[in-house]
Amino acid sequence: MTQEPILDVQEVTKAFGGVLALNRVSFKVFPGEILGVIGPNGSGKTTLVNCITGFIRMTSGRVIFKGKDISKKPAHKIADLGLTRTFQIMRPYYSLPAYKNLVIPLFSPRAKRTGGWRGGGRLGDRDTVSIDILEEIGFERDSFVPYKMASTLPTGYLKRLELARCLALKPEMIICDEVFSGLSMSEIASMVPIIERLQMDGITLIMIEHRLRELFRVANRIIVLNFGEKIMEGTPDQVMTDEKVKEAYFGSEEVEEVMSHA
Amino acid sequence: MEQKRKERLDRGIKVRTDTIYALMSAREMAYLVVPRLVLICGFLLLPLVMPSMYWQRVISIVCIYCLLAISFDFLAHYVGLVSLGGAFFIGVGGYMAAILNTHFGLSPLFTIPLATILGAAICTFLLLPCLPLRGVYFAIVTLMYPLALARIIEALDIFGGTDGIMGVASFPNRWIEQYFMVAIVLAFLFGMRRLVNEDLGLVFQAVKDNDQAVRASGMNITFFKAIAVFIASAMGCLGGASLVHIYMWAGISQFALDFSILPIAATVIGGAGTLVGPVLGCVILVPVSELLRAFGTLRIVFYSLILVGFIVLRSEGLMVYGQRKYHQFERWVKV
Repeated sequence: MTQEPILDVQEVTKAFGGVLALNRVSFKVFPGEILGVIGPNGSGKTTLVNCITGFIRMTSGRVIFKGKDISKKPAHKIADLGLTRTFQIMRPYYSLPAYKNLVIPLFSPRAKRTGGWRGGGRLGDRDTVSIDILEEIGFERDSFVPYKMASTLPTGYLKRLELARCLALKPEMIICDEVFSGLSMSEIASMVPIIERLQMDGITLIMIEHRLRELFRVANRIIVLNFGEKIMEGTPDQVMTDEKVKEAYFGSEEVEEVMSHA
Repeated sequence: MEQKRKERLDRGIKVRTDTIYALMSAREMAYLVVPRLVLICGFLLLPLVMPSMYWQRVISIVCIYCLLAISFDFLAHYVGLVSLGGAFFIGVGGYMAAILNTHFGLSPLFTIPLATILGAAICTFLLLPCLPLRGVYFAIVTLMYPLALARIIEALDIFGGTDGIMGVASFPNRWIEQYFMVAIVLAFLFGMRRLVNEDLGLVFQAVKDNDQAVRASGMNITFFKAIAVFIASAMGCLGGASLVHIYMWAGISQFALDFSILPIAATVIGGAGTLVGPVLGCVILVPVSELLRAFGTLRIVFYSLILVGFIVLRSEGLMVYGQRKYHQFERWVKV
């Protein structure tokens, strides 16, 4: 591709003591695409997200986001640039109602800058804006759900709340750490269109997933991690038929299931 | 055997007064206004009903502890920073006001606001290194500073050394002193309660709930913790500055741990996270502590007994209990 990549990950390495969690992982993400990241348990997927978004410091390597080196920046600065993430283990503010959860990102410098009055500046009311965002992400406006305490919401809604928190920042890129995991089939079915709409809105996505079938439906490209190394990169079709990938997932029922459906 | 459980339901009037329908009738309005009015009028009447000069002085001290207790409650239950820094704030604010008054000749009208702002800035600056950390470090450091500062003043013999700074100007008269203190406590009580429900207050609560999610939202948690510490230490420094002008003296006893511990005890008794509860706790605890003065050091024992009693029997605190009874009714229902 001749296009400039929006995110350029170069030789990222992370060592926890003697354990190499990531070993010289490099890839590029282009504007508007959905990149899937898959790999067996413990292959370094979440560590990769943490390194890119500044939640842990990488041992070596560089990450370039929109031409800027972000590898030494703190997490809040990276989010401020428009590279946001969701957490695999959801991190809502449990003591606040769902819609008040979004007041916090709407209060951030980036939301104040990008949102204008819609961000809830002097003229807009952050509560109304957050209800709008929640409706977009699948909280019914006229129901009680947006007003319920986050501690009482089921997993499906908490995953959406994670995404909504990213959307409140008007991001250019979202890294979704397992948004499909822990959801029922019907919840996933309603989540897929949301992901597709995000892509149509021009948001670049990286999706870390274990639910391969759903991921292969939405992703444009896939990279495969195993033991901290990138073993494969390609379209979903290429990845599905690759011998190395099958080996990495050997014995995993899901892959066999997906492979047999393919 | 038939099993029953207690069911709690909001009173109808509570539900009605949650929204604009509170303006429906005098009864609804009274439901909202009377508790607040009782608090305000009670505080305004306190100086008038006190029998002697001694007890009037106690009112001022109660108010200073109230400021510390609100500050503790705010930091602990709305920002998630457990502060043992009451003595630190009081000492810094107190010495600041005393120096401004005796060295620069400023009147209390200027020393108190200046000591509040400058003192809070100093406290925040000194606490800045432990703000990015999670856990007990903030509590440890806030406990360490007053001890260290008192020893430094003693050892270097600066700011009057062990004698302290004497000859600090007093308030024009005791009525001004007491009503100034009462007004400040009421202003901060209602002001802080408003702040914690504003968007900024929600960010503070979010930092307490889940600081990583706040970072992921593109916000610097250290910055917001610093703002919160500034607000809380400003309250403490304001108390310290007033204390110095009330006693007309600043000394290392202003770094005494009483200022750190009593607000926490008051918060336990009054009800954590209510802001008004700790004020109520101070109004109870400080006079009790004065009454027990006759027993000398034995008063610590009585004090501890009261605390243990509350923790065992009413660990939720008076205010939480009171609010529940006021807003809800209980009944036994079959399981």
